[in-house]
Amino acid sequence: MELLLIFMLLFMILAGIVALWTDELLSAVIAVGAVGVGTSVAFLLLGAPDLAITQIVVEVVALVLLIKVTIGVGVRTMSGMPSPKRLRLAAAVTVLLLLVMVRSFTGLPEFGSPVMERVDDAPSIVYLEEGLERTGSANQVMSVLLDFRAYDTLGEATVIFTAVFGALVLLRKKGKKDREDDDGGEDEE
Amino acid sequence: MVYVLCAMLLCVGIFGLISQKNVIKIIISISIMENAVNLFLVVIGYRRDGIAPIITERIHESVQFAEKAVDPLPQAMVLTSIVIGLGVMALMVTMALRIYHVYGTYDITEILKSRKKAE
Repeated sequence: MELLLIFMLLFMILAGIVALWTDELLSAVIAVGAVGVGTSVAFLLLGAPDLAITQIVVEVVALVLLIKVTIGVGVRTMSGMPSPKRLRLAAAVTVLLLLVMVRSFTGLPEFGSPVMERVDDAPSIVYLEEGLERTGSANQVMSVLLDFRAYDTLGEATVIFTAVFGALVLLRKKGKKDREDDDGGEDEE
Repeated sequence: MVYVLCAMLLCVGIFGLISQKNVIKIIISISIMENAVNLFLVVIGYRRDGIAPIITERIHESVQFAEKAVDPLPQAMVLTSIVIGLGVMALMVTMALRIYHVYGTYDITEILKSRKKAE
């Protein structure tokens, strides 16, 4: 199980590097799709089938969006590689961050022993033990999402609505000002 | 080992975010980072040989469910985060489209140049 997970992660890292390396934008989009599908398989290995399903759906929609923005407008290759100065800066920052992260992992429990076992009266244990009686839901992820923490889901819906609203405003063909100008032009005629 | 690999995936995303000049590549980097963080949160809640936190009749009768299932809380939060990620991605893609319509390129250095010229 752990070996499979490590294999999936290595595959995802490889796909991520390919996505950044290639000049062809279509290849980059497909490589990032591979990262997403790898995440989905990893979720399945980690006992999270709900997440795997959601991830697949999200990945398909994201792929369509990204293809619309590359092939849809006729851009196939990207112009010019990043300058060496920028690459050096990025490498330095990345290595520094990686070192900090690896150091901070010593404070975490070993892989395979969840945090909820270390804390007394962890909310997760309560959800697992009492979820069925209190919410009537067999799937405890959904009982947390829609019952115990329903306000978070409401907030999520708000965020999505805002994002879609912003996207619609940006995609509008004509701004309000242009339209008023057009009306003015018609009056003069 | 799994934690370090998750961190490496995140670092691939951060490297792209800093080094790339193309707007599409930047969106792709952010998407990779998102995947890495979501995966890391689920990995923290994993129990060795754990089962999915779904009660079936067989499990309900035979074993102690709370001692076998993986942590449902990070999974619920990550589910929220994945869907929000899609919303943010849609917003970023429309912004990129808008940039392309205005400047005719996805290259941020060229966009900066033409902005300076306009001033």
